[in-house]
Amino acid sequence: MATEHFPIEAGHIILFARSVGDANPIYYDAGAAAETEPGHIIPPPTFVQSSAQFTEGYSLRPVIGEPWFGSGKEPTGIQRESSGGGGGTGFHAEQHYEYHAPIQPGDVLKAVDKPGNSWEREGRRGGSLKFNESITEYYNQDGVLVVTARSVGVQTSRVVE
Amino acid sequence: MALNKSNLTVGDEHSEQIVDNLTRTQIIQYAGASGDYNPLHTDEIFTTKVAGYPTVFAHGMLTMGMTGKMLTNYVGDGRLTKYGVRFVAQVWPGDSLTATATVEAIREEDGVSLVDLAVTTVNQDGTEVIKGSATARIDG
Repeated sequence: MATEHFPIEAGHIILFARSVGDANPIYYDAGAAAETEPGHIIPPPTFVQSSAQFTEGYSLRPVIGEPWFGSGKEPTGIQRESSGGGGGTGFHAEQHYEYHAPIQPGDVLKAVDKPGNSWEREGRRGGSLKFNESITEYYNQDGVLVVTARSVGVQTSRVVE
Repeated sequence: MALNKSNLTVGDEHSEQIVDNLTRTQIIQYAGASGDYNPLHTDEIFTTKVAGYPTVFAHGMLTMGMTGKMLTNYVGDGRLTKYGVRFVAQVWPGDSLTATATVEAIREEDGVSLVDLAVTTVNQDGTEVIKGSATARIDG
């Protein structure tokens, strides 16, 4: 997802590492990280996915003051095409990363979207399946390509069991 | 510690249990850290009454992230050059997952030694939940 300004922050790396259950000190402690081969705190391999936090208009983050399709006391009735409201559901089918250069706290990345392919096939369980590929290149503040991400999403025509 | 070419053989395996009895709280932690707040992962009322699933389920990216822990424990910090997966089955609260990397090739590219790994993560029933591959720089 295109993101203009993705600041790499030590606290965010800690929260992310905790969430994937990874206690490796290189994600938590600058002193310990200095003793490692990279020589500094680095993010876990899938961390750039959290650029979503900084993507303007990202559809899976509530917007302050606007209705949200998740429930309160009861369902809100708000329909969201990509997220299960209509029987079918949007899913993440594949995710691929290529790592080109190190990332560390203090870096500011910019994510640029590239065109990907689209294709369709019949699924065994979920009716017809529509696949969409998106390619995102992450550049650091010096214009160095640090990570290439390729994501494949699938839209099913009914609930997957 | 990074891997050394002289100690690696095609077919070598490294396995780790990456989560035991996945909690709803951990899924919420992942939502909060990653920024993917899709209610399918955290909102039981939405997921059961609106979307029609038996309960909330983990982000595919949470499973990929936990599997990444096994990989970096095996190949060392900052050594991965590629990591990719297909999400093949859903992961539910209460699942216990085991991730395995298997050495598929040891090779040189532009003077750099690399290992290619097959990656798989299975649940407590032996059902594969993600399937993928990774490449890492090795010594030697």
